Amino acid sequence: MIHSLFLINASGDIFLEKHWKSVVSRSVCDYFFEAQERATEPENVPPVIPTPHHYLISVLRHRIYFVAVIQSEVPPLFVIEFLHRVVDTFQDYFGVCTEAAIKDNVVVVYELLEEMLDNGFPLATESNILKELIKPPTILRTMVNTITGSTNVGEQLPTGQLSVVPWRRTGVKYTNNEAYFDVVEEIDAIIDKSGSTITAEIQGVIDACVKLTGMPDLTLSFMNPRLLDDVSFHPCVRFKRWEAERILSFIPPDGNFRLLSYHVSSQNLVAIPVYVKHNITFREGSSQGRFDLTLGPKQTMGKAVESVLVSSQLPRGVLNANLNPSQGTYTFDPVTKLLTWDVGKINPQKLPSLKGTMNLQAGASKPDENPTINIQFKIQQMAISGLKVNRLDMYGEKYKPFKGIKYMTKAGKFQVRT
Amino acid sequence: MNGGLSSLRSEAAGAMRTVLVSAESLQLTLKPELTQEEQALTQSGRKAKEAHTAGNEDLKEMLESNKESLKLEAMKRIVQLISKGKKSSDLFPAVVKNVASKNIELKKLVYVYLVRYAEEQQDLALLSISTFQRALKDPNQFIRASALRVLSSIRVPIIVPIMMLAIKEAASDLSPYVRKTSAHAIQKLYSLDADQKEHLIEVIEKLLKDKSTLVAGSVVMAFEEVCPDRIDLIHKNYRKLCNLLVDVEEWGQVVIINMLTRYARTQFTSPWKEDAVFDDNEKAFYDSDSEEKQGQKEAKPYIMDPDHRLLLRNTKPLLQSRNTAVVMAVAQLYWHLAPKHEVSIVTKSLVRLLRSHREVQYVVLENIATMSIQRKGMFEPYMKSFYVRSTDATHIKTLKLEILTNLANEANISTILREFQTYVKSQDKAFAAATIQAIGRCATNISEVTDTCLNGLVLLLSNRDETVVAESVVVIKKLLQTQPTQHSDIIKHMAKLFDNITVPMARASILWLMGEYCERVPKIAPDVLRKMAKSFTSEEDIVKLQTVNLAAKLYLTNSKQTKLLTQYILNLGKYDQNYDIRDRTRFIRQLIVPNEKSGTLNKYARRILLASKPAPVLESAFKGQLGQTPLPWTNEMDRDRFQLGTLSHSLNVKAAGYQELSDWPAVAPDPSVRNVEVIEPVREWAPSVGKAKQPKSDDKFYSDDEEKEEEGSGSGSEDSSSSSSGSSSSSEESGSESEEESSEESGKTSSDSGKSSSGSEASSSESEPEQKKKKRTKKATQRKSKQSAADSDSDENGSGPVGKTSSSSAESSSESDSEEDSDVDSPPPPSPPQKKTVAKTKPKVEVKTKKEVSLLDLDDFSPAPPSAPKSSVFSSSLLSDLEGLSLSNVSSAMQVTTPSFGPVKTYELLHHMTGKGFSAKYHFPRQPCLYQPSMVAVQVILTNSSDHSLEEIHIGDRSPASLNIHCFNTVERLEPGASVTVSMGIDFSDSTQAANFQLCTKEDQFSVSIQPAVGELLMPSTMTEPDFCNEQKKLMGMNETSASITMATANTSKQNISKQVLSVANVGVVSSGQNDLQRFAGRTVSSGALVLVTLELREASTALLTINTEKSVMASMLLRDLKQALSQS
Repeated sequence: MIHSLFLINASGDIFLEKHWKSVVSRSVCDYFFEAQERATEPENVPPVIPTPHHYLISVLRHRIYFVAVIQSEVPPLFVIEFLHRVVDTFQDYFGVCTEAAIKDNVVVVYELLEEMLDNGFPLATESNILKELIKPPTILRTMVNTITGSTNVGEQLPTGQLSVVPWRRTGVKYTNNEAYFDVVEEIDAIIDKSGSTITAEIQGVIDACVKLTGMPDLTLSFMNPRLLDDVSFHPCVRFKRWEAERILSFIPPDGNFRLLSYHVSSQNLVAIPVYVKHNITFREGSSQGRFDLTLGPKQTMGKAVESVLVSSQLPRGVLNANLNPSQGTYTFDPVTKLLTWDVGKINPQKLPSLKGTMNLQAGASKPDENPTINIQFKIQQMAISGLKVNRLDMYGEKYKPFKGIKYMTKAGKFQVRT
Repeated sequence: MNGGLSSLRSEAAGAMRTVLVSAESLQLTLKPELTQEEQALTQSGRKAKEAHTAGNEDLKEMLESNKESLKLEAMKRIVQLISKGKKSSDLFPAVVKNVASKNIELKKLVYVYLVRYAEEQQDLALLSISTFQRALKDPNQFIRASALRVLSSIRVPIIVPIMMLAIKEAASDLSPYVRKTSAHAIQKLYSLDADQKEHLIEVIEKLLKDKSTLVAGSVVMAFEEVCPDRIDLIHKNYRKLCNLLVDVEEWGQVVIINMLTRYARTQFTSPWKEDAVFDDNEKAFYDSDSEEKQGQKEAKPYIMDPDHRLLLRNTKPLLQSRNTAVVMAVAQLYWHLAPKHEVSIVTKSLVRLLRSHREVQYVVLENIATMSIQRKGMFEPYMKSFYVRSTDATHIKTLKLEILTNLANEANISTILREFQTYVKSQDKAFAAATIQAIGRCATNISEVTDTCLNGLVLLLSNRDETVVAESVVVIKKLLQTQPTQHSDIIKHMAKLFDNITVPMARASILWLMGEYCERVPKIAPDVLRKMAKSFTSEEDIVKLQTVNLAAKLYLTNSKQTKLLTQYILNLGKYDQNYDIRDRTRFIRQLIVPNEKSGTLNKYARRILLASKPAPVLESAFKGQLGQTPLPWTNEMDRDRFQLGTLSHSLNVKAAGYQELSDWPAVAPDPSVRNVEVIEPVREWAPSVGKAKQPKSDDKFYSDDEEKEEEGSGSGSEDSSSSSSGSSSSSEESGSESEEESSEESGKTSSDSGKSSSGSEASSSESEPEQKKKKRTKKATQRKSKQSAADSDSDENGSGPVGKTSSSSAESSSESDSEEDSDVDSPPPPSPPQKKTVAKTKPKVEVKTKKEVSLLDLDDFSPAPPSAPKSSVFSSSLLSDLEGLSLSNVSSAMQVTTPSFGPVKTYELLHHMTGKGFSAKYHFPRQPCLYQPSMVAVQVILTNSSDHSLEEIHIGDRSPASLNIHCFNTVERLEPGASVTVSMGIDFSDSTQAANFQLCTKEDQFSVSIQPAVGELLMPSTMTEPDFCNEQKKLMGMNETSASITMATANTSKQNISKQVLSVANVGVVSSGQNDLQRFAGRTVSSGALVLVTLELREASTALLTINTEKSVMASMLLRDLKQALSQS
């Protein structure tokens, strides 16, 4: 399956290589570099690249290309999914997954990769098991290790791989037993010029942070489970129970994990929480364009729209923009032509606006396309679909855990066409 | 912050080193460290190389020191070297010495080093082998496993025999983890020495039999790598793999699903041909389980192999996996294996994957693109998910566009075109150009919009962007070519715009169009040529060429006007700088201008130049190859020749090691190869598809079920004597199978599977009691039929008694049997249980088959619970359907009071589905209650069909609260499979109001209710005829209820009448002297009120039924019941 892995940074240096079978020369990456050169943007590098003897499958995350070398037929998603899992694991271990972090922890990285694949086939990818095998580095542990000569490698051999619940390690102990669930919903929408919604859908996830002693067995029920249209679960969720009763029943992994992700059925109309009034015009023959943007809240059920960030890719002809925000700050990058406006919170009494002029290249004809506006925002304490958790119960353990549920709505890919 | 911390850390490390290391070694360690850094900066150079070796010298020294920490430090630095791809093989001897170190991390790092360099230093690597051999015998399973892992990763051919031995040993290790490692080692050994294949296949065969979920994925991987063609090894393990699938780790699932897809294509017949009828009727799938459907297709003998169905059913829940690779694997499995109308269930999950990472999107979109060509309907509802966002990467935009184009049809084209309009304006010009091509494709595919598209494209001609204009012209050209008869005005319009168009390709295209259709625009074409003559020298080559072409064509059609112009242009071309143009000019001149040198060719010039040209086909890039040359081994260029989800499909090139999906076999290979070990010898049916063709009409309809049933019991008998895991729903097998395993790990697996799918457990257990029940029923049947034979001149048909006493579902069915077609043959003795469970669909089906085919699938729904349609989309197994079915049968059994001659009529109290494996039935023994005289005695049979023992079974809360129940003693413990009969008493207070109470086990509570038939609230009372008459006289008037009834002919005999009456009511016969009068007497249990029943026979099988009692409500109810019982046989 996966033969080798190369990590390539933004400037095209291979800074880590790992081979699970015989060694593949790093010159194989030349094909990748070729493809990279052809692509105008880093994202445009095709994920699957054939070379005469190998196939390169790559993912790009955190400005690092993870390039896997494949020698024979394998489902590409298998490799892609695995590479993403590797990145997730790194992130889990080092907090961030940057070139520097990987270089600093190269030994741990190597140990991890060694455990995750055997002969190119995934072996242990569950973060709980890995953490039993290899302790995540912390500053304290690094200090202690240097003094005592002890190591990051777990002394105890892991039991998780053989246990009944492979995703949970045994012997977990906490003084404060807590279980937090975040219901986060994202609105993906395309709004057309006139303000009508072309497409809008809600995707949600429930992320959990469970720190409970022992082997708790949790059930989570919803007030309105019918809202959930298409769901995918963490392996811990008992599927049959969901089928039969629409109840999430599971023995949670220890720590942070994504319990489920869902799609809200398309029958439900999606409430769009913000509106945009825009007037972006370029006049023929003039080297100036007008830019006028106003944001306002809409259907937010009284909750404040926060952390609003507007970004827009202005046409190539725009040289500069002289804008005046009523609140927040804006930046315009004359090279990438990217305009970003950090609005902050929308005050319904005084709607934020951004007005001014854009300077065009002298003599250039007017751009025939108006830019698309991407909006990010957050609304706390509300799940826009109306999903509500009914109750959370714990079985199997005696103590009483502290439980918390938080709702949040965010913009996913929220675009306004102008 | 971070930098600060790391510097702090290195400071601390440095300080520690000072403490630990003597001054001398400090010098030695620090100095080269600096040079190494230098070297890292300068990368190469002789000086640096020297420093590098010096550094390695230093590492060597550190490795040879006595201090663990030093060694560890050295190893860490070596690993860093390895990670950067730098050479450190010269350290091999020093490193390999540490292989036996006690320090786990050190050991691990040494392993890393060994695996990397052993190939280069084979002799030295041998030094480490004995350590691994020792570790292979370690009591700790993880040490054994890791030893095997490293041993097999060292690619040294000399140790092949040692590896072989180790693998064989590990394959029978007690620990599943070690067995998994051995499965991995198989592939490694195979790639090292392919000669070992035969031996390795033996090991694979052995490991395939393994029942641990841990091993399954790895061994299938090994199978795929070593011997993918040995499909015969899979047969025996097929069902096990299907059943284990849900519990296998996600990566293993992908491999197993892909392998099973291939397997299924060789073993089952195609489900596709027969499905043509159902195509597009996708709804039909949702709640009908296709057995029924197939059962009905009398004319078409296609019946899905139960194993085929098993695979589809067991993979379906995996669509909910968080692992995108698993979802894709299931999707491709459905695409390649499922009947056409079932494929669409994967749509939603695939669309969900589009939310995932960019790379995942890309691969999924590629697959959807292929699917959407063949099956528009699948993705059309999700069209909006394919709308392009400005932030998408270009290749994703293009794929989305592709899919949108595929999805376009008359209904949605206007929406799609509107969307395309936005894309055309995109800043990404390559994408805009692709959109124009897409519009062109839509225009050709959907004739309604061709004009609209053309007009839109013409508008785009005035676009400022060159690529957009060029692309539009090219597309318009293609479009016009497909319909050359009209559209001369478009050509005129293009000619008008010609001056403004600067893109050479577009200009060339317009010129070509002018030339091609110059006869339609006779006035304009020469004018355009005139303009071109003026600007010829400044044009691009491609335009010049087309100008020459245009000139030539005009010369041939309209030489009067253009002769001079043509000559002028040809002259210009003659002296052009580009030799292509000079060539073309010379060629054209010879061709069209007649002179002495040009021979006969001249005559044909017109036919050569103005031949009608075939229109280009605007087709999906996914249908054809993406601009690549056709491959030698196939004429087809379609992507769909590759299995979906594979690398080959993604690249549209056959990748190394790609396994072709074979075509469906015309005739399925013997399915019995998948039967495991013993098939129950008693069975009479051979498990073959031919079963369906049995002449007997009633067999035909459920032969599919029968087969299932049989398969189930076949595997049941394999598992053990307990005959679990039977019955048609197959998802349960996973539960019961793992249940059977006795070894330690299997225990874990089973509980594991239990945890992850408690539902399946419930269903698994369900099979058990069902079989028992059947056995019981069978005995009862025999007993009963004897009884009835002895009892009277029973003229009931054979199926009658069976129906009455068999399970509730059978009851209603047999009834309908006798109602609808009373001449059903009595079923052959060994089969009644199976017959009965399935017979319920039979009568309906029989009626249906006479109707049209289209009605059939509508009728499919009828056995299923009516509320199901949407929710059962999710149901992975028959589970919910079964539940619904059996529940609905229960209720019907309670309402319909079939005449039963014996007092033992059993009612369902708690169905095992609702009771999670705990079931209860009750009957009225018709004995005086021991506890209180006013109570009705009820006997309850508690059965535990779950896989764990139930404790503390007792009765909990009851309602109405006043209800007086004498509870049975708490049943302390009920073992799995066991059942116990307990008696209780209930005071119904002479009303038929149900007694509701809770049946509790230690963990669970189930609300149940007992609703007595009115006849059960009576007790027989013995009295003489005169007494009877006296009492009757007292109860006249208000207390008398009577009705005249028409009796069924079967009931005219005295004996039969009393039998029917007794079956309904618990009354006593009063011996009578009159032949035409029959009397029965009873008292209500609670209040002791008399109930007198008189039946006066009249002519022509009518009778007057009179009931005398104070309890008038009871009287009317009893009258109704009796009337019903007597009027039917």
